[in-house]
Amino acid sequence: MPAVQETVARVRSIDVDQYKYGFVTEIESDRAEKGLTEDTVRFISAKKEEPEWMLQWRLDAYRRWRTMTEPTWARVDYPPIDYEELYYYSAPKSFVAPKTLDDVDPELLRTYEKLGIPLREQEVLAGVEQRRVAVDAVFDSVSVATTFKAELARAGVIFCPISEAIREHPELVKKYLGSVVPTSDNFFATLNSAVFSDGSFVYIPKGVRCPMELSTYFRINERNTGQFERTLIIADEGSYVSYLEGCTAPMRDENQLHAAVVELVALDDAEIKYSTVQNWYPGDAEGKGGIYNFVTKRGDCRGKNSKISWTQVETGSAITWKYPSCILRGDGSRGEFYSIAISNGRQQVDSGTKMIHLGRNTTSKIISKGISAGRSNNTYRGLVSAHRKATNARNFTNCDSLLIGDKCGAHTVPYLEAKTSTAVFEHEATTSKISEDQKFYCQQRGLSEEEAVALIVNGFVKDVLQQLPMEFAVEAQKLISISLEGSVG
Amino acid sequence: MNAEVRPIRTAAESGLIEAFEAARAALPGGETAARLREDAFRAFAAKGLPNRRVEEWKYTDLRAIMREARPLVVTLSEADVAASRDLLPFGDVDAVRIVFVNGRLAPSLSQLNDAPEGIRIVLLADALAADAQHALLLEGAPADNAAIALNTAFASDGLMISVDEGVSVVKPIHVANVQTGGAHAAYGRVLVSVGKGASLTLVESHSGDPAGHQTNTLIGLDLADDAKATHLKLQDEGLGTLHLATFAARLAARSALTSVSLSSGAAAARQQVFLAFKGEKATADINGAGFAGGRRHLDSTLVIHHEAPGCASRELFKTALDGEARSVFQGKIVVQPVAQKTDGKMMAKALLLSNDAEADAKPELEIFADDVVCGHGATVGAIDDELLFYLMSRGLPKAEAEALLVQAFVGEVLESVEHDQLRDALSARAERWLRERD
Repeated sequence: MPAVQETVARVRSIDVDQYKYGFVTEIESDRAEKGLTEDTVRFISAKKEEPEWMLQWRLDAYRRWRTMTEPTWARVDYPPIDYEELYYYSAPKSFVAPKTLDDVDPELLRTYEKLGIPLREQEVLAGVEQRRVAVDAVFDSVSVATTFKAELARAGVIFCPISEAIREHPELVKKYLGSVVPTSDNFFATLNSAVFSDGSFVYIPKGVRCPMELSTYFRINERNTGQFERTLIIADEGSYVSYLEGCTAPMRDENQLHAAVVELVALDDAEIKYSTVQNWYPGDAEGKGGIYNFVTKRGDCRGKNSKISWTQVETGSAITWKYPSCILRGDGSRGEFYSIAISNGRQQVDSGTKMIHLGRNTTSKIISKGISAGRSNNTYRGLVSAHRKATNARNFTNCDSLLIGDKCGAHTVPYLEAKTSTAVFEHEATTSKISEDQKFYCQQRGLSEEEAVALIVNGFVKDVLQQLPMEFAVEAQKLISISLEGSVG
Repeated sequence: MNAEVRPIRTAAESGLIEAFEAARAALPGGETAARLREDAFRAFAAKGLPNRRVEEWKYTDLRAIMREARPLVVTLSEADVAASRDLLPFGDVDAVRIVFVNGRLAPSLSQLNDAPEGIRIVLLADALAADAQHALLLEGAPADNAAIALNTAFASDGLMISVDEGVSVVKPIHVANVQTGGAHAAYGRVLVSVGKGASLTLVESHSGDPAGHQTNTLIGLDLADDAKATHLKLQDEGLGTLHLATFAARLAARSALTSVSLSSGAAAARQQVFLAFKGEKATADINGAGFAGGRRHLDSTLVIHHEAPGCASRELFKTALDGEARSVFQGKIVVQPVAQKTDGKMMAKALLLSNDAEADAKPELEIFADDVVCGHGATVGAIDDELLFYLMSRGLPKAEAEALLVQAFVGEVLESVEHDQLRDALSARAERWLRERD
């Protein structure tokens, strides 16, 4: 079986090389006691200098979580997680809320430099970067820096770590936190509500078009640490914001837990565009290590004619369990979901969306492209429902899967529920492999087999890539070719 | 804290337990059969009636739908046999007819001895007495399915039909099931095997009066290499009946199956189809049409297992809903790693004629082989206003125009019936529904 061994060796060598964000930052950190008790929750709350109501909110969630059981319906398989063996809070030791970038530990700055995330505004202004993006960088459990705060403040935009928002804008946080994903929502969301440490808070005031793209960069560094980020974005009447999210983690042999909650609220005529490039460490070719990515993301189109659009490129994580959803409550509101999910090695992806039509004349669109290679399993799971009052609800769903190799699996599990006759739902799904004809055509034009596959795959996912903001599209395109390297043959 | 939470048994569950205790001694078959029935019933009793928390029954909550267990009929009354005559469909179709009334064979209405050459029809009781225990085992279908387990436990009457190698049976075999009189439970089981290169047309009908009957029917079909079978089903139960039906087929190499069903009756009906491709290059064409008005519930659940290379499956399901009716479509195509070159297509369409009707669809693909072409589609919508306007502008009243469009909508399914008389009979039933919309 020399051929098989050769392939295995090749895939392994590529897998180790391909995850270039796998380094560890040597930095001392301050951690909460291992395990989860009410005291852990109090500790985190105290660390964040939170008001009493926030602590109570967390404790309620914690008590509820104790009564819940982990969901098992997703098509993923992993050994039971021992929630008592995790650290729920970790912050770089040198960390005192930095006033300026000079206060930030240089080791941290170097980490973000290595990741290619600009934290120094002056560099950006000097024209090194083409476009300006405000970044909130989250390292393990704390936000280390947020750029362009002053300029955003002039436009009235609030963009800060959520821990800061809880202290400084309690009225907004109180009003919206947990209003889209209630603390009782699901096992992982409830856990997050109890122990979330940091994340971003965005508020766009009435009629403001956010002057630049906002971005959060999540990095897990510490061993055995769960990252529980919480993001809350509120777009007030007539406003617009485009928000990007990126993630990486070091390569470690053990699995790490990432359980985030993202809540979006769009009021009348507002629009939120949320893009994710998820590139957590996926584990090695044999499935050792990697991040468990159990995320609850939901947008609430609360106002009339509001719009929420999710775009995601999922290439990382050992296990992905993620369903960015839209509640189309306002009349005439619109939800969109564009997704590329790529799995290789032994990755398991169970992802999709929910479009819940409640208001009249609501429309939604789902484009999902799943690519499975290696020994991975890739599942699309989605729900489209129209309630009785959602007259003229429209949905179009298209989910395509592409299989590379004969040891992987691709699955589609859509649910359609129509309770009004005026709803029009269309769903189509296909599964296929790259046809020999297509490959032959490319190869006879001088492309190597891998280049041919990359080209065809790029064509396959084009509909989704087009939805990404420019700088993300380039990164995503690169990621797609990296994730698939070694899958041919 | 490991004790499993066991909800209190519902009246129907307790009723089924009592019914099984009462009936078991009289059920046909020897010791082995009794053990198989016991196992099946225990498997059912351990979990009880499936509810919406059981994924396969998410949209058809049997625990809520089935309020009580109806009694089994031990001896068939002459009055019921007489009453059933008027309820038999396909009266003018030239077929070999075997009639079960209230789950019991009605010999006076059946033509058991008129079977054409090359085909053997044996009563389930006789087969079990002759130790054909496989009649109670159903390979390829999930044993933990509540409807199947209950059928295995209670199957009181039924048939074993086998077609010899190379024999083409032209005359359809019509298994008619009628429910009449006081509310009964009927558990029928028909197992068919079609030999190498042989062919058969099996017609299945379910009809009855509007009392609150319960039907649990099971058809098992085994196709040998190069065999061909057509399965037609008319589910036209009385509007008070609960109809649970299982159709499980196994296809050997190059065999071909066409199945067409029309569901126009029952208060609540669930038709489950389990199909397994066991040999290469077999084909299956599964079509279903359904109508429901009032507060009726129609469920079509399909699981297609591709376990051999080069097989093709086509599924087309169309349902028209009026009043507060609800339709459920759950279809799943599973392609195993060996089943390369699989060609699978599944389509489910629901037409909502009233604002209070509801359609739920869950078309799934589960694919482990890379060289396949699989697709599924699902649509839900109302009648196209423009089409309606076009017909009305040609002078048709609205109701007629609507009926015409609905007829065209489901016509696609019924047209796949090759047998002229049967197709006409099914179309006539569809037209009647469009007039009455019950």
